[in-house]
Amino acid sequence: MEFFKKRTSYRFMPLRNRWYAISGVLIVASLLLIGIRGLNFGIDFTGGVVLELAFPQAADLDKVRGELADAGHADATVQSFGTTRDVLVRLLPKEGEDVSAVGQDVLAALKTYEPAVQLRRTEVVGAQIGQELAEQGALAALFAFLMIMAYVAVRFQWKLGVGSIVAALHDPILVLGFFAATQLTFDLPALAAILAVVGYSLNDTVVVFDRIRERFLMMRKGTSSEIIDLAINDTLSRTLMTSVTTLIAVFSLLVFAGDVLQGFSVALAIGVFVGTYSSIFVASSIALDLKLTARDLMPVQREKDAVDDMP
Amino acid sequence: MHTYPAWRLWLVAVVMALALVLALPNVFGEAPALHLSRDDRAAFTEQTQATVASILAAKDIAADSAWIEGDRLVLRFDDVVQQLGARDAILEAAPREYLVALSQAPRMPGWMRAVGLRPMSLGLDLRGGVYFLYEVDVAGAVKQLLASMERDYRTLLRNERIPFTGIQADGSDGVRIDVRSGADVERVTATLRKQDPLITLEPDQLGEGGSVTVRLTPEQIKQRQDFAIQQNITTLRNRVDELGVTEPIVARQGVDRITVQLPGVQDPNEALRVLGATATLEFRLVDDQNDALEAERIGRAPLGSKLYQRREGGPVLLKRDVIVSGEQLVDASSGFSEGQPAVYVKLDARGAAEMLATTREHLGRPMAVVFIEKKRVAEAAPCNGVRSGTECTEEEVISVATIRGVFSSNFQITGLLAGEARELALLLRAGSLAAPLYIVEQRTVGPSLGQDNVDRGFRALVIGLVGMFIFLALYYRLFGVAASVVLFMNMVLLTAVMSLLQATLSLPGIAGIVLTVGMAADANVLIYERIREELRNGMSPHAAISAGFDKAFSAIADSNITTLIAGIVLFTFGTGPVRGFAVTLCLGILTSLFTAILGSRAIIHLVWGRQRKLEALPI
Repeated sequence: MEFFKKRTSYRFMPLRNRWYAISGVLIVASLLLIGIRGLNFGIDFTGGVVLELAFPQAADLDKVRGELADAGHADATVQSFGTTRDVLVRLLPKEGEDVSAVGQDVLAALKTYEPAVQLRRTEVVGAQIGQELAEQGALAALFAFLMIMAYVAVRFQWKLGVGSIVAALHDPILVLGFFAATQLTFDLPALAAILAVVGYSLNDTVVVFDRIRERFLMMRKGTSSEIIDLAINDTLSRTLMTSVTTLIAVFSLLVFAGDVLQGFSVALAIGVFVGTYSSIFVASSIALDLKLTARDLMPVQREKDAVDDMP
Repeated sequence: MHTYPAWRLWLVAVVMALALVLALPNVFGEAPALHLSRDDRAAFTEQTQATVASILAAKDIAADSAWIEGDRLVLRFDDVVQQLGARDAILEAAPREYLVALSQAPRMPGWMRAVGLRPMSLGLDLRGGVYFLYEVDVAGAVKQLLASMERDYRTLLRNERIPFTGIQADGSDGVRIDVRSGADVERVTATLRKQDPLITLEPDQLGEGGSVTVRLTPEQIKQRQDFAIQQNITTLRNRVDELGVTEPIVARQGVDRITVQLPGVQDPNEALRVLGATATLEFRLVDDQNDALEAERIGRAPLGSKLYQRREGGPVLLKRDVIVSGEQLVDASSGFSEGQPAVYVKLDARGAAEMLATTREHLGRPMAVVFIEKKRVAEAAPCNGVRSGTECTEEEVISVATIRGVFSSNFQITGLLAGEARELALLLRAGSLAAPLYIVEQRTVGPSLGQDNVDRGFRALVIGLVGMFIFLALYYRLFGVAASVVLFMNMVLLTAVMSLLQATLSLPGIAGIVLTVGMAADANVLIYERIREELRNGMSPHAAISAGFDKAFSAIADSNITTLIAGIVLFTFGTGPVRGFAVTLCLGILTSLFTAILGSRAIIHLVWGRQRKLEALPI
């Protein structure tokens, strides 16, 4: 089986204004969504309490809400988690309440509704810790970008470097936009997934660039646009194939690994899609618009020889 | 002919054989077990092991396997019923001799343990357990230092017979001693200097009277804070030991935080109570010269005395001077004395000397035991004692008894409920905290959820793998099968490395494995696509294999390095779930580089590379 029976020769570069437009619209929309609706941050970042409760049979969420309101937690969000028997409660501790006792308080309150209810998981994050985790996460993201930029700068010519960085920024913005649009909980694992997406997207881009460099050094004829298209076509079936194998893994996580990893799996799935898109359509377009030519990719050694040959 | 150096084939063979052996213990899973440690912290010997075995034999319980690990005895059972039965049997037959913890032990055969093989350790989210992050109130530690200085100066000046009108904390870093005259200022200064020449003093004359303030230097404060954190870690460790948890982690995190991880703890509340509470005792003489009711009415205690409430109600006046306080306790245990719950207390030499002198001097007069509990409460919460910021100190007199005889280091205290006696003994034995702690983060995973997480993670892994195998076989035919074998080798190698490093596997860690498997397929894809391309360009099959591997190498290296950078950053900055993911991601990339480049080529060489007449490749 093969995705493409013959050598493909799609032209991507001549249409690059279209790809810029698509990406531009998506990025602006994502930024607007992030700015206006905001992200639905998990307690990892906001501080608060999350309780996972298991009922012996399907739980009546309204009753659960009522019991919690009676216990003074009217602001608690109650939702089913995975199955109808599992309930997830998110709340902020009451003024003056001992945070470590919240779990037992809620459990006690719900026992009046269903004596056999079980507390499966408690997470209490102080507001200060939440802020620190958020700062730490932002710092990690920034640092990851700097490190990868440094690597790409050393490994590739700067025009390709800029292309890959733009692609690497492009992907997490769209993933965050998706989280803002769907209001899925954005927690620590989701942040980790986004950084993994950055790594994955660069991985794709780098493979294409590797081929661009090879093609430029090999071919003496053809415009930059044609040569880049040739390299993208060379790697096209590999790019798609890798996306498919990774997506098989990610969907398996999304469906079977349970709701604890939901944010993580969703971020990865979206990230693999946009990462594949950006490495085919966006990264190389930018390098081309920065006037990438064969001369940019000549090994430094040869330029020296050329200087020596001069009279 | 495709050539491939024999040493590389051997390298792959040897590494994979080793990996298989190292990964093997994970296949057997875990079984219910008991971890026993001796109450006196001595190591287990063959003899004590035989004693435990005979206790179990008497109850007709057979441990599936038993071995000594460090200073603990591990008993493994077939099921939970036997495990619980054995625990009850041991506690009944030899109370207070062993600390018994319910836990899980690997089910692998004994010879694997004997040669030092171990399975991966499971994280809290897979095993169930409790995670706490404490913040140490370092300011509180300094406050405690000031309080002890206050006590010391009181004693010192009294011994030197220098009159003073008051000693109290001054600001957050000093103690002020008020005196009546300028001459006394000189005498206090001289006395304190003689005791400690480097002390920072601020003498001050004010009209008739004056004062001397002792200031702490910033170094002293820092030293005290570090000491407090270290002391708290030690204390928490002791308390965790009392809880009988296996493989607990108590470690400093950052400047003023302590993380505590207790795998397998079923009841987080018990853990919380024992870890967080600070309870201590003070022994004071009762002031029977003055009327307590009168003092309560006017709201002021006579000089040298302090007003307390009795547990059963009613005021009592106690002398300000403490005979013995909690720090001088060496050991405490609970039991019964004349049918009443009692705590048996043992004092250190200094405490014993004080106690001896006091009881000898005050024979026939009443002495009181004050129970002091410190806890963290929120700003608005009620506190039945003295509050300072968010710290609430509740003091109550649990017993007043006449001194009937002279005693020193060993005695008992009554006046508590049975449960309280047990908990107080436990808290006293585990030491008191040098500075107040409060919880800033807490995560609890119940054991059933842990098992669910293992099942789910494992299911996602297996289904993801099988899906990928099918797809690879469809897409690359027999070469796809070879790629699947390589992916499986990668899993084995990753499991082996994780077991060898004793890295902790968490649910995000499993996600990391699933993701690396997906990405490990990428290296094979790069190679196969190159081989197909070279075949299309008219190369011979053997040459295409060589060219495919050689030309794909730089792309494989580049693409893995970018992901590895992201993984390393995640590992460096991340905590908890992020770190678990980063560990498997990074290790997975490294193992996949090995299997994809060396392993994959070895397999393809062995199957196709040695065929003399190779017309076409099944790719």
